[in-house]
Amino acid sequence: MPFVPHTEDDVRSMLEAIGVESIDDLFDEIPKNLRYDLANETPLEGVPEGMPESDVARLMHDRASQNGAPLCFMGAGAYEHHIPAAVWEITTRGEFYSAYTPYQAEASQGTLQLLYEFQTMMASLTGMDVSNGSLYDGASSLAEAVLMAVRANRKSKSKRILVPRTTHPHYRKTANAIVKNQGITLEELDYDHQGGFIDPASLTDEPGDFAALVIPYPNFFGVLEEVDVLTDWAHQHGALVIAVVNPLALGLLKSPAEWGVKGADIVCGEGQPLGVPMASGGPYYGIMCCKQALVRQMPGRIVGRTVDLDGKSGYTLTLQAREQHIRRSKATSNICTNQGLMVTASTIHMALLGAEGLKRVAAQSHANKQQLLEKLTAINGVTNLFNRPSFHEAVIQLELPTSDVLASLAQSNILGGYSLAEDYPELGNALLVCATETKNDADLEHYAEKLQAIFN
Amino acid sequence: MSNVPAELKYTKSHEWVSVDGDTATVGITDHAQDLLGDMVFIELPDVGASFEKGDDCAVVESVKAASDVYSPLSGEVLEVNDALADAPEAVNNEPYASWLFKLKMSDASQLDEMLDAASYSGVAADDSH
Repeated sequence: MPFVPHTEDDVRSMLEAIGVESIDDLFDEIPKNLRYDLANETPLEGVPEGMPESDVARLMHDRASQNGAPLCFMGAGAYEHHIPAAVWEITTRGEFYSAYTPYQAEASQGTLQLLYEFQTMMASLTGMDVSNGSLYDGASSLAEAVLMAVRANRKSKSKRILVPRTTHPHYRKTANAIVKNQGITLEELDYDHQGGFIDPASLTDEPGDFAALVIPYPNFFGVLEEVDVLTDWAHQHGALVIAVVNPLALGLLKSPAEWGVKGADIVCGEGQPLGVPMASGGPYYGIMCCKQALVRQMPGRIVGRTVDLDGKSGYTLTLQAREQHIRRSKATSNICTNQGLMVTASTIHMALLGAEGLKRVAAQSHANKQQLLEKLTAINGVTNLFNRPSFHEAVIQLELPTSDVLASLAQSNILGGYSLAEDYPELGNALLVCATETKNDADLEHYAEKLQAIFN
Repeated sequence: MSNVPAELKYTKSHEWVSVDGDTATVGITDHAQDLLGDMVFIELPDVGASFEKGDDCAVVESVKAASDVYSPLSGEVLEVNDALADAPEAVNNEPYASWLFKLKMSDASQLDEMLDAASYSGVAADDSH
C-alpha cells in the first residue's frame, strides 16, 4: 500500500469533525513558552543556540573526561567484567549491526540463528526448557515474570505475589509500577537483618493464597538464599517460583531448575554481566526462561528451528499465537522486539568464553570478593555484616557515615561501593561492595589501604 | 459443505453440544476447524471450574490463529479431553468425536436457545461467503 499523506481537504474535514480550528490548537495544552515557534524561529527559553559538530565533540569529550576511570568496587545490579575485544568487534560488523532488530518475519536467517543459539545458552544456564529472545532489562523482566505467573497460576487465581526485600530495590519499584494497575499486589517479605537472607524458619504455615514467590539469586546483598527450602515452601502452598538471577553466577551455582523438588518455574534477570559494558545504566537486556508447560504464557519473541521444503534446517519466529498481532487483546506477549544488539554481544561473549570460561570468571569473582572482604574487615571500624555465603558482593558495616567514606574514596579515584542507607536504613552505615574478576591483588590492596587511611 | 450432524445443538460461535441427561459434551464444529486450519494447541478449562453461558472457557490455537471457545451453556466442568494435549490434530480429523470438555448443566432450558443443525448450516454457509 503506498503512503498517501493527508491532503489539505482531509485535514480540514478532520478538524471540523472534532470541532477544532487549526492543528496548532491541538497543542494548546502545552504552554506557549515551551513550544517552538516555527514561523518566527524564536529561540526557546533556556535552550541554547545550536553548536557546530566540532564544538559539540569538544564539549562532550570534556564532560566525559570528568568521569575519570575510577577503580570500581560497585555492583548493585551492574557489573564490570572483562569483555574480550572480539565481542564488540564482531557484534558491530554490518551483518549483525544493521540487521539486529527482528521485528518482522523478514528477520535474516543469521539473526534468527544467533537468537536461537542465545536461547539455547540461556536454557542450558538456567536449566529451563525454554528461553525467549530477551526482554528490555532485568527490572522489567521481573514485571513480566509476575504478569506471567498470575496468568499461568490458574489453580491459585490469586493476584498476590510475595517479593522479598532482598530483591533489587529498583526491580521491585519497576515491577510495582508496571503491575499495580492490573490489580496485582507485590507483598514485601522481610529478611533476617543479621543474615541478609530470607530465613526459612520465618516462613509461616498459613501465608494465604499467593500466585508466586520471587527468589533473588544471589540476592541484592550478594547473599545466596536458601533456594531449596523456599522453592518447596512456595510449591506446597500452590504458588509458582520466580527466580531472579545473575546469569553469570549460574556458571558456578546450582541452576534454578534444580532448586528443591520441582525447581523454579520462571527465571528472569539482567543479562548485562554477559558481555555488555556498563554505560550510565543501559542499554542492558532482560532474560526470561521457563518450564515447557508455561511457554504459551511467556512474553517476548521466541525463535525456533525447523526445516524448509527441501528438508534443510532453518530458523523462524515461533509460537506467535501468543502475540498481539494474532491474539489481540488477549495476547500474552505485547513485546514485539527484544534487545537484539545486546543479545548479539552476549551470545558472542558466551561462545568465546564457553561454559568453562564462564565458570572461571564466576569463580575468580567470588574469590576476589572473599579476599576483599578479608582485607576490608581487618580494618578497625569495618565489619562483615552478614556471615552467609555470598557470590561476588558483600555488605560491610562502617563506623562512619557511608556518604563521607564514599566521598573520601572518590578523591582517591575509587568507586567504593553502593550505600544501602537509603534503601535499607535499618542496616545503619552499610556499604555493598563488589569485586569481579577484573580486580587484581594490587587493586584489592589499594582499596584496603585507602579505606584504612580514612579510619586512622 | 461442512458436516453438520442432525442430532447435535450448535452456537453461532461454532461450538457443538451433545446432551446426555444433565451432562453436555462440548466441541467445535467441522466448519470451525476448517476455518482455523491445522490445530497446534488446545488449552482446556480446569475440571471443577464454573462458567456462565457465553464465557470464554478454552482456547484453540492453529497455525493461523488462536481463538476463544465460548461456553454454550452455564454449568460446571466435569471432565476435559486430556488426549487433545498430545493430539490437537484430532479436532481437525474428527471434530465431532474430539470433544473439548463436559459440563454439568445448571440450566437445561438454555438448550432451547441453541441452534439446530439446519439453522447452524445457514450460519456456516453465510460465514463462508
